[in-house]
Amino acid sequence: MIRYIASRLLSLTLSLIAASIVIFAVIEVIPGDPAAFMLGVNARPDTLLALRDQMGLNDPLPLRYFAWVTGMLTGDFGISWTYKTPVAELVNDRIWVSLPLAIYALFLSTIIAFPAGIIAASRRGGMGDVSIMGATQLGVAIPNFWFAMILVLIFAIKLRWFSAGGFPGWDTPLLAIKSLTLPAIALALPQAAILARVMRSSLLDNLGEDYIRTARAKGLTRRQALWRHAVRNALIPVLTIIGLQFSFLLAGGIIIEQIFFLPGLGRLIFQSISARDLIVVESVVMLLVFVVIVVNFAVDLAYAVVDPRLRSRT
Amino acid sequence: MTHFTKLLSASVLALTASIASAQTSITVAIQLEPPNLDPTGGAAQAIDSVLYSNVFEGLTRFMADGSVVAGLAQSWEISDDGLTYTFMLHDGVTFHDGTTMDAEDVKFSLDRARSDDSINAQKGLFADIADVTVVDPLTVAVTLSQPNGMFLFNMAWGDAVIVAPESIDTIASNPIGTGAFTFTDWVQGDRLELTRNESYWGQPAALETATFRFISDPTAAFAAVMAEDVDAFVGFPAPENLPQFEADPRFQVLVGNTEGETILSMNNKMPPFDNVLVRQAVSLAIDRQSIIDGAMFGYGTPIGTHFAPHNPDYVDLIANSTYNPQRARELLAEAGFADGFTTTLKLPPPSYARRGGEIIASQLRDVGITAEISNLEWAQWIEEVFNGKDFGLSIVSHTEPMDIGIYADPEYYFQYDNPEFQALMDTLNATTDPTTRSALLADAQTTISEDYVNGYLFQLAVPTVAKAGLNGLWLNQPTAAVDLTGVTWSE
Amino acid sequence: MSRSIAIGATLTLVFLGLAALSFIYTPYDIQSFDIPNKLHRPDATNWLGTDHFGRDILSMIMLGARTSIAVAVLAVGIGICIGVPLGLLAAARRGSLLDELIMRGNDLVFAFPSLVIAILITAIFGPSAINAIIAIGIFNIPVFARLSRGAALPIWERDFILAARVAGKSSLRISIEHILPNITNLMIVQGTIQFSLGILAEAALSYIGLGAQPPTASWGRMLADAQTLTSIAPHTALIPGMAIVLMVLGLNLLGDGLRDWLDPRIRIART
Repeated sequence: MIRYIASRLLSLTLSLIAASIVIFAVIEVIPGDPAAFMLGVNARPDTLLALRDQMGLNDPLPLRYFAWVTGMLTGDFGISWTYKTPVAELVNDRIWVSLPLAIYALFLSTIIAFPAGIIAASRRGGMGDVSIMGATQLGVAIPNFWFAMILVLIFAIKLRWFSAGGFPGWDTPLLAIKSLTLPAIALALPQAAILARVMRSSLLDNLGEDYIRTARAKGLTRRQALWRHAVRNALIPVLTIIGLQFSFLLAGGIIIEQIFFLPGLGRLIFQSISARDLIVVESVVMLLVFVVIVVNFAVDLAYAVVDPRLRSRT
Repeated sequence: MTHFTKLLSASVLALTASIASAQTSITVAIQLEPPNLDPTGGAAQAIDSVLYSNVFEGLTRFMADGSVVAGLAQSWEISDDGLTYTFMLHDGVTFHDGTTMDAEDVKFSLDRARSDDSINAQKGLFADIADVTVVDPLTVAVTLSQPNGMFLFNMAWGDAVIVAPESIDTIASNPIGTGAFTFTDWVQGDRLELTRNESYWGQPAALETATFRFISDPTAAFAAVMAEDVDAFVGFPAPENLPQFEADPRFQVLVGNTEGETILSMNNKMPPFDNVLVRQAVSLAIDRQSIIDGAMFGYGTPIGTHFAPHNPDYVDLIANSTYNPQRARELLAEAGFADGFTTTLKLPPPSYARRGGEIIASQLRDVGITAEISNLEWAQWIEEVFNGKDFGLSIVSHTEPMDIGIYADPEYYFQYDNPEFQALMDTLNATTDPTTRSALLADAQTTISEDYVNGYLFQLAVPTVAKAGLNGLWLNQPTAAVDLTGVTWSE
Repeated sequence: MSRSIAIGATLTLVFLGLAALSFIYTPYDIQSFDIPNKLHRPDATNWLGTDHFGRDILSMIMLGARTSIAVAVLAVGIGICIGVPLGLLAAARRGSLLDELIMRGNDLVFAFPSLVIAILITAIFGPSAINAIIAIGIFNIPVFARLSRGAALPIWERDFILAARVAGKSSLRISIEHILPNITNLMIVQGTIQFSLGILAEAALSYIGLGAQPPTASWGRMLADAQTLTSIAPHTALIPGMAIVLMVLGLNLLGDGLRDWLDPRIRIART
C-alpha cells in the first residue's frame, strides 16, 4: 500500500511539473504584448520600456519560470498586471461565485437525475422509461449557452422573475442564491441528462446481478430489491461521474458566466486572456489543473482502499 | 466664503436634497471594466469613464458640450510669448483622504507624468512642458518649450488629473482625488461604488451613492436594462435594441456623438494601396449607408474625411466618395487590377468593426477585391496592425478628439506620407488666428479626402439608455466620461 | 433498438444531405448582403427568414452544417488517428514505462480545462476553423487512447493472440491484424458520440468567436449574431439552435442504437 501511494505521489508530482511547463510555454508564445495593450495606441517607446521593466517582462525566460513556480509553492501567485492586486485575492473573490455555482448546479442535476434514473430503471421499457430517456437525449443535445439565452429571454426579460445577471455578493444570501439560479439551471440541464442515464444503466446492471436475484428469491419485490440493494451499489459509478462533473463545472462555466455576467473564475480567465494579463491566466489555469490532478489522486486512493485489486493497476 | 454664498450654497443643497428625496442613488452600466483605477497610468478608457470628474479633477476640464473650462484652477494668465501659464488654484480644496490640494500637488502630478519612468499613456500631452514652478501654495507656473495652442485642452484630459504624493502608491486600487464623489468599493468583475463627497469644494452632487456595473456582453446588456437591473447604460453595445427602448415609456434613449471617426484604414505603403487609384476604387466600392444601417442599425453620421461633423470647422466631402461600384471597377482596371486582388481585413473586437467588416468584405467582393477577414483581439490588433503595420485593410474608430494630425506622421499605422500635408500641419500648429486656422483645417480635410488615404465611413454614435426621470447625463462624449456630478432624478 | 437507429440515421442523413447539397446549390448567395431585407420572418421567399444582413437563413443553415460536420469529423479523425495507435501501443507494452507514460499523458490532457485550452490555442494561432479542429481534436486523443487500450487488453489474453505470438508475429503485426479489427465497432460507436460532442464544441467555440471566420457560415456564430435579436426576431436565434439540437440528437440516437445493435455488451465511456 505504501509503495502504491509513493508511486502515485511521484506520478502526481511529475504530472504537476509537466503541466506547469506546458502552461508556461503556452502562455509565453501568445502573441500580443501585454504592456502595449495596457498603454494603448498613443504610448511612446520609452513609456513602454518603463512599463515592461516594471512588469518584469524584460527578464530571461528560465528566470521567470523559476520565479513563477517558486512563488506558487510559497503561496505567492504574483500581482495581476491589469488589476494591480494579488492574483490570490482575485481568485479568492471569484471562487466564491464559481464554487457555489458549481455546487448549486450539481445539486440541481442530482435531484433531477436520481429520481429520473431510478424511475426509468424500475419501469424499464415502459412509458416512463421511454419518455425519460427521450428527455435525456434532448438534454444532452441542447447547447447550454443557447438554453441560457432562452432562460434569460423568458424569465428575466419577459416574466422578470429573476434579474438578468450579475452577482450581488454573499452579504444578501437569498439574493445571491436567486442570482445563481438561472445560471445553475443552464449548467445543470445537460449534466442531469448524463447523470440520469448513468444512474439508469448502473441500476440495470445491478438488477441483473446474482445478489438481487437472491434477494428477490428471499421474497423481496422488485421495487424493494431495487431500493434496498441496487441503488446503494449503483452509486459508485454515479459518484465517479459526479466527481468528474464537478471539476468540469468549476471551469466549464465560462460561457454561462459570460451570459449572466457573473464575476467567476471562468470569466476571470477569459478577461485576462483578452487583456493579456498573463500572470493571472497561468496561475488560475495551473490552479484548476492542480485541483483536477489532486482530486483524481484522491479518487484513486479511495478506490485502492475499497478495492485492493486496483492496487496492481490494470 | 462670504455669508451670501454660504446661504446660496446652503439653499442649493436644500434644493438638490428635496429634488433627490425620491431617489438618491443610481446604478450605471458601462461596457468595459477599468483594469485599474489610475487614470495617469493606463490607456483604458474605462478608467476615465468611471473616475473622470467624479473622483479626479484636473486644472481644466471638459464640459458635456466639449468646451474646456476651469477645473481646480480658478483662473490662469498666459504670458505674451505664450510660453508661461500661471494657474491660480481654488482655495480650500482637499483630497478625499483629508490632505490639502495645493501647488505642490500640481507640480508633483505634472512632473510625474512627464518623467523618464512615467507610464502615462498620453505622455505626449506633457511633451511641451519645460518646467513647473511652485510660486506660492495656490499659484503654479508652467513653462513650455514652445507655444502650444492646445495646452489648456491637453490639461483637461483624464490623463492630466491632479493626484497627491501621499496616496500615489495605492492609487491603482484606492483612488484618492478631489472630486464630488469618493471611491468606496470595487468588486472586481462586477461593480464599483462611489459615495458623495460631503466636503467637496464646489457644488456637491445630488446623488448620495453611485454604482457602476460592467456588462460587455450585448445580450446581458439588453437583459439588464429591460429587467431594470440598471438605471442607465452609457454606451449601449447593441444599437439594434434601441428602437425597443424608445418604444417603451419606462426608458429614454439619448443618441449622442463622439469624437470617433470610424474609418476603413488602408496600408498606404503596402501595394496595391500605395496606388491612389486603388484607394479611390476601394472608397467608391463602399456603400456607407448600408454599413451604417447594417452594422449600426442606422445610428451614425456619414463622414467624407477624418473630422467630426459636429465640429464647426468640418467640411462635407462625402461627395468625393459616393458609392459607385461601376466606377470602382473602372479605376481598378486603370490601376492594372482588372481581375481584382486579394488582401487582408483585420478587425478589432467592437461590433462596428466586426459587422462593418463583413459588409465591406461583401461589397469589395462585388468589385473583384477579395478581403480575407481575420478577427483579432485588441492586444493582437495593436501588435499586428498598429505597431507591426502588417495589414491591408482594417476598421477602427479613432476616438481621440481633433486627431487629424496623425496624417502628418508617416510612421502612423496607415503610413500616409505626404510632405505637403506635413507642411500644412506645421503651419497650422504655429497659427493662432481662428479664421486662418479654419481655412488650414479645411485644406487638410480636403487633402486627405481627395488622396483617399482611408475609407471614411461614419462618426460613431454613443447611445445611452436611461430610465425615464433621470436627468443630467452627458448626451455626447467629448471625452470618455460618465460625469455623475450633475445627475438628478425627477418624479 | 432499431427505432433509435432509424430516427438517428434520418436526422443525420438530412443534415449530411443539406451539407452535401450546399456544395452545388443554396437557395440564395449568402455572400452578397441585402440589408434592406434584414430580419424577415420565415415566409414563402425565405423559408426560414433572413438574418441581420438580409441573408437567407436556410442557405446559412446548409452552409453551417458543412462547417459543423467538417470540423467535428476532422476533430474525431485527429482523436482516432493519434489516440487509437497510442492506446494499442500502450496495450501491447502493458505495464511498461511507455504504457505508464501514455496513460499519465492522457490523464494530464484530461486535467486541463478544455474550453480554456481552446481559447488559449486560438489566442496563439488566431481564430479559424482549423484551430478549432485542433483544439477539439486534442481532447479527443485521450478518449480514444484510453478506450482502445481498455478494449485491447482483454483481447491480448485470448487464445488466438497467443497462437499468433507463438507463430512469431511481432506485437505491431498482432495489433494491426488481430486487435484493431476487434475494436473497430467500439471505435465507430465512440466516434459517433465524439462526433456529436464535436458539433457542440464547434458551436460553443464559434459562439464566443473562436471558430470559423466570416464569410464561412457557422451555427455557433449565427447564434452569437442573433443574441441581441432574440426579442425582435426570435427566429434568428431559434433556428440555428434547433439545427444544433437536431443534429446532435440524431448522432446520439444513432450512436446509442449502433451500440445496442453491434454489441449489447460493450460499454461506452461517455463524458
